Amino acid sequence: MIELWNVSKTYEAGNKALRNVSMTIEDGEFVFIIGRSGSGKSTLLKMLLKEVEPTSGKIVVNDMNLSKMPRGFIPKYRRKLGMVFQDFRLLKDRNVYENVAFAQRVIGASTRSIRESVPAMLKMVGLSSKYKFFPQQLSGGEQQRVAIARALINRPEILLADEPTGNLDGHNSMEIMKLLNEVNKLGTTVIVVTHSQEIVDRMKKRVIVMDRGTIISDEKKGGYTYEN
Amino acid sequence: MRISTFWYCLKQGVNNICRNILFSLASIATVSACIFLFCLFFSIVINVQYVIKNTESTVGITVFFDDGLDANKIKEIGNKIKARDDVKEVTFTSAEDAWAEAKQEYFGDMQDLAEGFEEDNPLANSASYTIFLNDLVDQDQVVDWLKGIEGVRKVNYSKTAAEGMNSLNKVIGVLSMLIIGVLLAVAIFLISNTISVAAAFRKNENQIMKLIGATNYMIRAPFVVEGIIIGLVGACIPLISIYFLYRSAVGYVVTKFSILSGLFQFLPVEAIFPYMAATALTLGVGIGFFVSFFTIRKHLKV
Ligand SMILES: Nc1ncnc2c1ncn2[C@@H]1O[C@H](COP(=O)(O)OP(=O)(O)OP(=O)(O)O)[C@@H](O)[C@H]1O
Ligand SMILES: [Mg+2]
Repeated sequence: MIELWNVSKTYEAGNKALRNVSMTIEDGEFVFIIGRSGSGKSTLLKMLLKEVEPTSGKIVVNDMNLSKMPRGFIPKYRRKLGMVFQDFRLLKDRNVYENVAFAQRVIGASTRSIRESVPAMLKMVGLSSKYKFFPQQLSGGEQQRVAIARALINRPEILLADEPTGNLDGHNSMEIMKLLNEVNKLGTTVIVVTHSQEIVDRMKKRVIVMDRGTIISDEKKGGYTYEN
Repeated sequence: MRISTFWYCLKQGVNNICRNILFSLASIATVSACIFLFCLFFSIVINVQYVIKNTESTVGITVFFDDGLDANKIKEIGNKIKARDDVKEVTFTSAEDAWAEAKQEYFGDMQDLAEGFEEDNPLANSASYTIFLNDLVDQDQVVDWLKGIEGVRKVNYSKTAAEGMNSLNKVIGVLSMLIIGVLLAVAIFLISNTISVAAAFRKNENQIMKLIGATNYMIRAPFVVEGIIIGLVGACIPLISIYFLYRSAVGYVVTKFSILSGLFQFLPVEAIFPYMAATALTLGVGIGFFVSFFTIRKHLKV
């Protein structure tokens, strides 16, 4: 469970990115966060990753208060989260297999576990046949699948996706969303930040709308109500 | 740490070096130069010390007595000298011995010429003790003490041989420290730069690693491995070259200047190499480890 209690964030430059945001996301939920550019969506995800600290307020994830978390525990905490970015952020000098295996290697997983789980994960995202390809030999949609495979390989409880379809065409976007929906059905909490009206309207999931650092609407089975 | 994780870090460290081969080679070269000089001076200093040790047993202090000092008094002084801890050996040369030696030296085969002096030993007051010390460092102190003894007329000793050697050793030591210091600074600078370049190259990867949940330790490991490899290779190159250089240098000097071989004795390479290797490897790996560790720590803080 993710809980935000009156969370505010003011960046060093004086930019108020979040103002008094409170919300709760239950385990296994699928949530869209939408809103105008600069409304604080990415800031919110970064806080959940403990990449950015709130200026005030309290964030509790799975009963852990993030601001009271010892530094040494942060890596362990992050392993419970998976993160997908708009620009994929794959390692260009490594092939598909290595990009996914990378996430296991850097947390010190055994070779045996890597050999078992990476092919299975690649199968799930539909890239079994391209495991030897390098990122630049793949389409945008395929690259994003690799990134999702990497985010999921350590079996996170929560998957955070910041505009995962921002660089993809309509068809590829829907494919990625289907994939995220499957992941969600397997029990992972999924939070997706997006600007795509089509996606939000089609999926009929919970939608949180943000504007200038506050939540202005939060609907179960919502649509893309926000006017750009 | 798992073996697989160890290999992964090792591989990434080697990758770092290969990606930035010029910088890495420059770093290795300076570390090598640094350690080469260290080994060279190490060999010289230790051999000079060895020679000094050998000379110490051949250079002695000679003590002469006041005119007509009686034999008992001389014996008493001799006992006093023998009682000292820093004295290794004392030999007595009587006036007759001295004369016999001098005759041999000056007149050689023409002993007849010396006969004229026979009645009245010209070296009547030349009885002496020759003192050999355990350590030549104590020489000045012992000489002062000897001069203070009643009945002692003159103390002959050789300042030059031992002190010359000693000060030569000091000059070599200071000079080598200076050069090694400068080279060390250059080596540290270059390794630090090499690691910085590698860190800049991997910035993206490190960021991803962080978000995935890699520990700082895991993120730093490849860079520290890189530093250690640079230090290790930088130590091995000079060690191997010094090993063969030393052996052939000793062989060359011994055959070309066989006259000297009585005077100078070199330590065999086997005798000094283990210490030299241990010091050089510790030095190389130590520099590589600490420089890379602190450099990468600085970089990954932000
Ligand atoms: N590192 C930073 N330093 C200073 N200000 C920042 C920083 N990151 C974000 N901001 C500011 O905080 C506000 C919210 O930014 P954020 O990236 O969260 O918006 P967003 O909703 O993700 O926008 P977009 O839809 O364009 O991605 C913006 O006004 C932005 O300028
Ligand atoms: Mg954003």
